[in-house]
Amino acid sequence: MAKKQHKTDLLDQLEDGPWPSFVTGLKRLATDEGKPYAGMMTDLLGQLEHSYETRTGYWKGGTVSVYGYGGGIIPRFSEVADKFPESKEFHTLRVQPPAGMHYSTDLLRQMCDIWERHGSGLIALHGQSGDIMFQGATTENVQKAFDELNEVGFDLGGAGPALRTSMSCVGHARCEQSCYDEVRAHRTIINNFLDEMHRPALPYKFKFKFSGCPNDCVNAIHRSDFAVIGTWRDDMQVDQEEVKNYVAKVGRKYMIDHVIANCPTRSLSLNDDDTMDVDNKNCVRCMHCINVMTKALSPGKDRGVTILIGGKRSLKIGDLMGTVIVPFMRLETDEDFEKLTEFAETVIDFFAENALEHERVGETIDRIGLSNFLEAVGVEVDPNMVNHPRTSSYLRTDDWDEEAQKWFRRKAEKRAAKQAASQAAE
Amino acid sequence: MSEAVQPRRPNETGVMDPFPHMHPLLKKNYGDWKWHDRLRPGVLHHVAHGGDEVWTVRAGTQRQMDVHTIRLLCDIADEYAERHVRFTSRSNIEFMVSSEAQVAPLIEKLEAEGFPVGGTGNSVSMISHTQGWLHCDIPGTDGSGAAKALMDQLYYEFTHEEMPNRVRITTSCCQINCGGQGDIAINVQYAKPPKINHDLIANVCERPAVIARCPVAAIRPAMVNGKPSLEVDEKKCICCGACYPPCPPMQINGPDSTKLAIWVGGKHSNARSKPTFHKLVMAGLPNNPPRWPEVAEVVKTILYAYKENARDWERMGEWIERIGWPRFFELTDLPFTKHHLDDWHGARASLNASAHIHF
Repeated sequence: MAKKQHKTDLLDQLEDGPWPSFVTGLKRLATDEGKPYAGMMTDLLGQLEHSYETRTGYWKGGTVSVYGYGGGIIPRFSEVADKFPESKEFHTLRVQPPAGMHYSTDLLRQMCDIWERHGSGLIALHGQSGDIMFQGATTENVQKAFDELNEVGFDLGGAGPALRTSMSCVGHARCEQSCYDEVRAHRTIINNFLDEMHRPALPYKFKFKFSGCPNDCVNAIHRSDFAVIGTWRDDMQVDQEEVKNYVAKVGRKYMIDHVIANCPTRSLSLNDDDTMDVDNKNCVRCMHCINVMTKALSPGKDRGVTILIGGKRSLKIGDLMGTVIVPFMRLETDEDFEKLTEFAETVIDFFAENALEHERVGETIDRIGLSNFLEAVGVEVDPNMVNHPRTSSYLRTDDWDEEAQKWFRRKAEKRAAKQAASQAAE
Repeated sequence: MSEAVQPRRPNETGVMDPFPHMHPLLKKNYGDWKWHDRLRPGVLHHVAHGGDEVWTVRAGTQRQMDVHTIRLLCDIADEYAERHVRFTSRSNIEFMVSSEAQVAPLIEKLEAEGFPVGGTGNSVSMISHTQGWLHCDIPGTDGSGAAKALMDQLYYEFTHEEMPNRVRITTSCCQINCGGQGDIAINVQYAKPPKINHDLIANVCERPAVIARCPVAAIRPAMVNGKPSLEVDEKKCICCGACYPPCPPMQINGPDSTKLAIWVGGKHSNARSKPTFHKLVMAGLPNNPPRWPEVAEVVKTILYAYKENARDWERMGEWIERIGWPRFFELTDLPFTKHHLDDWHGARASLNASAHIHF
C-alpha cells in the first residue's frame, strides 16, 4: 500500500512547460511502489512544497562521514521532521565523475542500481564543483552506498576546508582547440593530493580547474584557486585556402567587421587576395578568430599552459579573478607533468601554512602582496602578470639596482639557453 | 563467539579514468581533432586529422534526475546512439554517433521524450544553478525550480542559435554565490540585517569565528538577557548573510529580507575581451515561487534588448561596453539608482574619470 502523497499545489505548476521537469522525476520516485526510497521521496516532496509555501529552507548540517575519510558527505537533517519524518535524514554523497564527464551507459546504469538500493533514486549531474551528487541517503545507508560506488571505481569528492573536486573540459577528447592533455593533468594533480581532499585540514577550500584553451569552458580563471589554461607560443596555424573559402561564404564586409575588427590587439589583416595575415608577436591567444573560423585557423604547435592563481567567489573580500603566475609552461613529457605537480605542491604547502582560517589563496595574496607570494612559491616576476605597472608612488626602492640586475641576469640566461638549444639543433 | 565486523577501508582511487567510458572514436582520436562545424542547433560535427568524423547531439536535462530519467537517457543512447554519453558543465547531455544518418532519428527520439535539443553555438544554454531549498542548509530560494521556470520561457532560445553570441545564465540561492559569473546572473540579495535568536547563540555558534567572518566588522560580542551572545551594528551591516552559515541563529532569510537581484555582463572566456565580473542592474525583485514571474520579465527584457541590439559575436558585457550604460538603462527601462555606485575596495576603478559621455 503506497504512502499517501502530500498536496503539492505549487510544485505541480513546475510540471507544466516544455523544459524537463525535476518535479515530475521526484514524483515518479515518491510513487515507486515497493521501492525502499518511495516513503523518503514522498516526505521530501512534502518538505519542498512546504519550503515553496513558506519561502524558507529547512535543512541543517551535521557530521556524517564514511570510514577512513573525513569529508565528501554533505549531511542534511530536516528541521521539520515532525511533519515529514521519512526524509529526516537526506545526505548527499559528492562523488568525482570520470574526468571530462564521459560515461558509458553501463556505468550510468550501475550508478542508478546502487542508488536505488541505498539512496533516494535522485542524482544530480552535476553540481557546481563538478561532482556527481547522489542526493538523499539516510545516515545508515551512506556507508553502504559509498562501499558499492567505491567498488565500481568511484571515489568521494571534496567538501569543507579541503581540496575540492576538479573539472576539466572535453578537450583532447573532442576539441581541436585543446592545447594539452586535460585528462592527464586533471588526474595527475588531483590524485596526487587525495589526502587533502579526503581528510580536510586546509585553511579553506582549494580548487583546481583545467581548460584546454583560453575559451575556458570550465570557468577556471574565476572559479578556481589554481587555473590551468591551455595556450601556445608559436604562430597560430592558418590554412589560407580555407580563409578564402570563409571570405567567399560570409563576404568581405562581414569578415572585416566581425573577425578582423574584433581582434583585441589588431593583429589581423585581410589581404587583397582574401588571405589573412597574422601578427603573431602581438596576438594574445584570445581565441576569437579561431572560434569563428574553425576550419581555417587553429592554435600553434608549441603548446603548453598558463597558470592563474587566486580566483574565487564573493566571500569575504569580494570576487577575484585568478592572476597570471606562470605565463607559460610546457605540458607534454613526464618531466613537464612532474614540474606541474611540484609547483602545485609548493602552492598548496604555502596555502596550508600561511592562509588564515577561512581565507582563500587569492585573499592571502591580496593581504600579503603579489611579490611576497611570488617569493614564497619561487616564481620570478614577469610583466605578463600585470595589466600595467603600479600607479602608486608609495613604495621603497633602495634595492632597485639589485632587482634590475636580477632581471638582466635572467634575460642573459634565457638568451644563452636559446643559443645552446639552436646550436644543439644544428 | 562474536567477531567484530571489520569496517571496509576505501580504495582511495581519486578521479575515475574516463577512457574505459569514452566513445571509441573520441578515444581513438584523443588529441588529434582537426576542425568542427555545427549542422544545426544542438549538433556538433568534429573531424579528426586521420579523417574520422563524429557527430554530437546535445540535449538539455533537468540536472536533478530520478533514476528513471537517467535510464531513459541510457536507453536512448543504447538504441539511437552508441552507448556513450558525456555531460557538459551546464548539465546538458551529449550523445556521440559515428554517422550523420544517426543524427535525425536520435533528435526525433529525444524530442519525443521531452529533451530539448540545442544549447550549442550562439544560443541560451541551460542555466547553471545551485541547490536551494531542495538540499542546501542556507538557501534564500530554490535553484532547480527557478532554472525550470526560466528555461520554460527561454526554450526557444535554447533550441535556436539566434543570439549575437552565446548567453550564459546563472543563479545563486544566497549571496555566497555558488553560481558563477553570467551574461545574466540571478542572485539572492538580502535586504535586511540578520534576526538574532539570542537564546541559541552561546550553544550553537563559535562566536570569535562568526565575528571574523563579517566583511565589514559589524558583529561584536554582547551579553543579552544574561547570556553570551552577538549583536550586529545595523548601520554598518551590508546584509550579505556571511554570518548565517557558521551561526544559524543569525537568520538572514525572511519574506522582507530575501529579494532577488539581476547582474549582467559576466564572462569567463578570454575571447576578444578579458574575463569580466557581472554588474548589478536590478535588485529588490520578489522571491516568488513557483515561477518567479517578476524575475523572468526582467531577464527577458535584458535578453531581448541584447538580441535586438548587439552585433554578431558581442557578449552581453561587450555590447554594453560599446553602447554605454546610459543606453543600456534606456533600452531596458530599468532604474539607475545610488545602489549602482560601487563603494567596496577598488570601487574607484568603476567610476567614469573622463569626459566620455553618452548622450
